[in-house]
Amino acid sequence: MPKIRKQYIDVSAVFTKDGELIPKSIKWENGTDYEITKVLSIRPAASLKAGGAGTRYTCVICGQEKHLYYEDNNKWFVECFS
Amino acid sequence: MNTRIILHSDINCFYASVEHLHHPELEGKPVAVGGDPERRHGIVLTADYMAKGRGVKTGMALWQARQVCPDIIFLPPRMDLYLRFSRLARKIYSDYTDLQEPFGIDECWLDVTRSIGLKGEGLKIAKEISSRMKAELGITVSIGVSYNKIFAKLGSDYKKPDAITTIYKEEFRHKVWPLPAGNLLYVGRSTQKKLSGIGIRTIGDLAAAPESCLSSRLGKMGIILQSFANGLDTSPVRQEGAEAPVKSIGNGVTAPRDMTANQDIRIVLYTLAESVGARLRENGFRCRVIEISVRDNGLFSFTRQKKLDHPTNITSEIAMEAFQLFLTNYRWQKPVRSIGIRAADLVTDAFCDQLDLFTDFCRRERQERMDDAVDDIRRRFGFYSIQRGLMYCDRQLSSVNAKEDHTVHPHSFF
Repeated sequence: MPKIRKQYIDVSAVFTKDGELIPKSIKWENGTDYEITKVLSIRPAASLKAGGAGTRYTCVICGQEKHLYYEDNNKWFVECFS
Repeated sequence: MNTRIILHSDINCFYASVEHLHHPELEGKPVAVGGDPERRHGIVLTADYMAKGRGVKTGMALWQARQVCPDIIFLPPRMDLYLRFSRLARKIYSDYTDLQEPFGIDECWLDVTRSIGLKGEGLKIAKEISSRMKAELGITVSIGVSYNKIFAKLGSDYKKPDAITTIYKEEFRHKVWPLPAGNLLYVGRSTQKKLSGIGIRTIGDLAAAPESCLSSRLGKMGIILQSFANGLDTSPVRQEGAEAPVKSIGNGVTAPRDMTANQDIRIVLYTLAESVGARLRENGFRCRVIEISVRDNGLFSFTRQKKLDHPTNITSEIAMEAFQLFLTNYRWQKPVRSIGIRAADLVTDAFCDQLDLFTDFCRRERQERMDDAVDDIRRRFGFYSIQRGLMYCDRQLSSVNAKEDHTVHPHSFF
């Protein structure tokens, strides 16, 4: 069974004039940029598998739903298979 | 009289739980938070339930913990992370009430009496808080639901981890009274001894004891504790900011290495006096009593006090008085491990002081102005931008930034 780990990644995000923080694209380990086509939900949540807590953005990337976490310390992480 | 609904939320093994969240690979392994070889804080701050089950206790030295639990894993404390989680927990509480009284970093009383119309019954709110803590922060809490603060705290202590215990008016006799008297808030070791000396072992015994007996052995406190045992505590959940007036200001530190000479003590006392003095000035106080507390490396400790002729918040005066107290009261049987200064019997800055012929008040005024200037420079350019020459004699000992690293442990109930 593949193990899940925490992976910090580069994220390009927009600070809107209403004070929201919306991620627009992520840069994966292989160097490729992937666009976030839609943000489905934003809520505080912890990731027990990755090991962290913050604001969880459920995003659509390449047609798939992925969770992206913002950890309050200017860092973003994802749950990733190692 | 309307019945209140008070919750007490206690995060289980707080530091250890936060670390477990951030280290999923350590699941199922015994973990203790503590140890920082550089600053020599080599004790267990907290352990998770697995380690506690093997006998690891808060305050144990790391080597002792390893003896009772050989496969234990130590993680260094990350205070900024715990403060963040404490803040996030309080943010969740604030969705249910603004009447929050934190008790330390991981406990909090919540008065939800006026929220039940909007948010539901006390038990429902407790269940919601508990599940949100799990979902949003990945940590578990024990919550007590009752009609006063004392029982609410007993409720959260009742079952750990991850539990909600109610202590309603019709329940407390069979839930609370069989518990040992020492479980009641503000019954510490010495009170417990006094109580068992008069045959009071359980909270029920305390509740039923004759008033005259209690007041003769324990004074006013005995009657207060009895009223707690009977569920008659009426103390309000004090909102943060509505602080009780400050009664003393102090700082203590365990030095990075054992202190073996008067010069060592002098350096550390000056660093502590700088912090105490700055905090006194910041809050507009002067003190009339200086107290030092000394602990040697055999962990024996004592305190000594001195009343001053004139109220002061001058750093050098505080330091010199403290140093004098130390010199007259310590024989150097053992090296000193930790030391503290407390400024008590506070008066406000504007207090009218009776002048006398023997004290050089001009000099004192100049010293006050100098202290103010140093405070100002530090505020603008950082703590280390200006230092006393004495600090350069031992950079390791003087590296303590007592004021900014200061953490206040639970405020007193009274």
